[in-house]
Amino acid sequence: MTRALAALALVLASALPARAEPIRLWHAYGGAEEAALREAVREFERRTGEEVDLLAVAFGAYLAKLESAIPTGRGPDVFIDAHERLTTYVDAGLLRPITGDVPDSLPPESLAPLRQGDALYGLPLSLKCAALYLNTDLLPETPESLDALARAQLPEGTFPLVMEAENGYYVAAILHSLGGQLLTDEGEYGFEGEAAERTASWLAARVSDRTIPDEATGELVQRLFASGDAAAAISGPWLAPDLPEGLHWRVVPLPPLQDGGEPLEPFLTVEAAFAASQPEGDERGNAEAVEALIRFLAGTSGSRIRATVGRQIVADEEAWGDSRLGHDEFLTTFRRAASRARPMPTHPRMRMTFVPVQRALRRVLRSGAPPAEALATGSRDFADDTRPPPAERDPMPLLLVFGLLMLALVGWWIHKARDPAVRLAIKHSIPAYKWVAHAFLAVAVLVIVPLLVGAAVSLFAGRGRDLHYVGLANYADILTARGGDLLGDRSFYIVLLVTVLWTVLNLLLHLGIGVALALLLNRPKLRFKGPYRVLLILPWAVPSYVTALAWKGMFHRQLGAVNAVIESLGGDPVSWFAHFGTAFTANLATNVWLGFPFMMVVTLGALSSIPDDLYEAAAVDGATRWQRFRRITAPLLVPSLAPAVVMGAVWTFNMFNVVFLVSGGEPGGSTEILVSEAYRWAFTRGQLYGYAAAYAVLIFLILALWTRATVWVGTRSKRRAPVGATT
Amino acid sequence: MKVLKSLGVHAIILSAVAFALYPVLWVVSLALSPNEPPGAIPWPSDPSLDALSEVVLRQDDEGTYLFLMQTGASLLVAFATAFVAILIATPAAYALSRFRFVGKDASLSALLATQMFPGVAAAIPLYLLLDAIGLIDHLGGLVLVYATTAVPFAIFQLRGAFDGIPRDLEEAAMVDGATRLQAFRLVVLPTVRPALAVTALFAFMTAWNEFILAATFLSREEIFTLPVVLQRYVGEHRAQWGHFAAGAIVVSVPVMALFYWLQRHLVGGLTAGGVKG
Repeated sequence: MTRALAALALVLASALPARAEPIRLWHAYGGAEEAALREAVREFERRTGEEVDLLAVAFGAYLAKLESAIPTGRGPDVFIDAHERLTTYVDAGLLRPITGDVPDSLPPESLAPLRQGDALYGLPLSLKCAALYLNTDLLPETPESLDALARAQLPEGTFPLVMEAENGYYVAAILHSLGGQLLTDEGEYGFEGEAAERTASWLAARVSDRTIPDEATGELVQRLFASGDAAAAISGPWLAPDLPEGLHWRVVPLPPLQDGGEPLEPFLTVEAAFAASQPEGDERGNAEAVEALIRFLAGTSGSRIRATVGRQIVADEEAWGDSRLGHDEFLTTFRRAASRARPMPTHPRMRMTFVPVQRALRRVLRSGAPPAEALATGSRDFADDTRPPPAERDPMPLLLVFGLLMLALVGWWIHKARDPAVRLAIKHSIPAYKWVAHAFLAVAVLVIVPLLVGAAVSLFAGRGRDLHYVGLANYADILTARGGDLLGDRSFYIVLLVTVLWTVLNLLLHLGIGVALALLLNRPKLRFKGPYRVLLILPWAVPSYVTALAWKGMFHRQLGAVNAVIESLGGDPVSWFAHFGTAFTANLATNVWLGFPFMMVVTLGALSSIPDDLYEAAAVDGATRWQRFRRITAPLLVPSLAPAVVMGAVWTFNMFNVVFLVSGGEPGGSTEILVSEAYRWAFTRGQLYGYAAAYAVLIFLILALWTRATVWVGTRSKRRAPVGATT
Repeated sequence: MKVLKSLGVHAIILSAVAFALYPVLWVVSLALSPNEPPGAIPWPSDPSLDALSEVVLRQDDEGTYLFLMQTGASLLVAFATAFVAILIATPAAYALSRFRFVGKDASLSALLATQMFPGVAAAIPLYLLLDAIGLIDHLGGLVLVYATTAVPFAIFQLRGAFDGIPRDLEEAAMVDGATRLQAFRLVVLPTVRPALAVTALFAFMTAWNEFILAATFLSREEIFTLPVVLQRYVGEHRAQWGHFAAGAIVVSVPVMALFYWLQRHLVGGLTAGGVKG
């Protein structure tokens, strides 16, 4: 045992970091863009002798990682990200202004989005915006407008246009051309009123006359255009790498909506290299080298590499003098499109508009709601998401109560410890403590303390890191549904009801299927036992973040397998995520699939520890199969299954992955469960960490009450059972 | 009659297998032909191993096979987690099953409570904690966090298993002159091997599939765990689902192998043997 431990320690220690101080650069690129960045960085190293460490971070963890790593001095020196998150980063203190020279070849309009006040925080690397992809076999001529596309003569079953019609990022291009804005310059929600209604009506008309496919995701856009089933697509430069070689296509800047109208004006994203701040007193002293790297990447030499290798639309103007770039139709078209695009506002509220906009558009496009009414719900959602935090309160009362409670507790302990009987009991407990001490110490330090710290956040409010103490205001807000209808949209009680329904149904199905299969597999004479067992735990073995996405795909309206089966049986395709019942069923099917192997394995383990001689004795006594199950198997299974059931209930109650990845709360947040709702408040509805933490504490309290109750009922029913009634 | 019944059993199991297999086939089909959507029958019409080989054979500038190193890191973390979790949980579970002591009920409640609090809330405090003890960006830190997360469930699972073993077993050994520790190691532990196997597998899976903590704590590509590596194929604008699916298949192979290997611990009446002996 000791030897094994020593070996383990040795192996772990060998993974220690040892290298000294190269410049650290973080990015979230993949494919050709990553290769180009790598090449540009190597060129920089060759020219300056500096060493650069590149780290590709998963986009899903980018912000969380920057937020926790930079303040502790473990973050990057330089990181690459889109300009629209600038204000968030500046507010969180993650950035350091650029102080050195800025290359003249960088145009002022690409620098402007990177300024905040007087300070410039990064240098622009590449420009990204949407344009129109045309399949030149189907559309040899450039259409004059999107409506002209709808009139084009196309083969049966081909969509004239595919675009993400529920995504504010793309829809904004239409809105801008009609004089609207998603977010006004003052930070007010803008997706309502005449321009927004016209936008929504146009989209609804094009979806209903089959010009645009409904429920189009980014994946569907790529698939339909790549397979030639759509004649045109609205997308950004990121679509090109996924188009097959045989496809003939080109890009043009977005045309007007109707013939002779204003051209669409898509959002412009400026991807920039930012200099990360360094904690005070822990500066790395490499500011000059860091800025040199940023200047090189954004400057002409770096830009040439990024444009030729990575196919990026670089901001640097001199790089375009290179004849290879100047004559590249794809790059120059996107450059033209970018020059007409509108930089996305950097206001932190900008990101918070997308979800309400999507929700409003889905109401119009999926449920057929009148635009004005649906857009008003988006506006209400936004107002709710951005409501001002509760007022700051004096923490003294709480500290006082807490202090008194602590004193009382200590007093009570001292009082008890004086009791000789208790002292004796403690003395007798010492041998037992030797067996448990290490486990409780480890769990206390690494599990309980971090959770308590997390829970304490629920007493604070504010956005991001800008928190102030508000007492129990978050709880009051949640429990009174923020002054709204207690049984209305997004109310805590409704979400709780859905969560309970979710947990009960899941548990019944997990147990039913799991135990039944285990019993069948446990039949002594069954053949192919081994292969069956292994095949049946497959759902458990494949990571759930992948299979949940596979299930989501299977429930897709157009591409999904479930609808394909329904149609082959003569039914109508179902829009699974448009109604609560069907969306909930989709989540349930996924989670039952994920969860039954666990119950099956636990049951198999329990069955194998039931001694065979019990069955032999029963068989001698002439017991039937049912009697043996009823009298031997079931009573012996219950104690071993009980912990798995309690745990299973707790885990299902908090099963975030499935709800988040499969239905994503659709339609309109109605299939959200408590834990995913908490996540929404923390991450997609504007970083209300305190509010989300209060949700987490409430989840905890509910589960604690519930388990208390089950234990209580369990002991009562045990007591009531007549002695000797079992076995 | 008997044949019919046996056929019925196989039919039921086979339909369950079909239910279990279908989405997995979907993932396989996506991995083998990333450019066409899997249809109602998920079978690739034009299979290619490009995505798979791109994921597995990815090299860094020095020509190191990153995926292999990352698989190694993942295996190390997952096995160490299972080992440490079992090491911590087993004695505690035994004590909770066999001894009466002051604070027993309170500690059981506390253990259960840890499972009820959504874990995301603890990410930043954990980061600061690991940073303070110098284990950030270090596989050891990850093992510590995963193992302690897995301990409460492991304790519950094992306590149930110990409860199922008659006390006479070790009492007899102690009458024969064994100490409590010897009785535990030589008599009790061998009889709970199936439960130990299931619990270890579970701890292994906790570590093997976790993404967000690993992504936050680790900043060197050569020690990334596999979920972090896979997540990189899903970008802001563009997701390479084929690569993602191909990686997922590779990731599930060790779990399958482990389960197949653990099967012999799961079957067979070990307890019965103990009682007879």
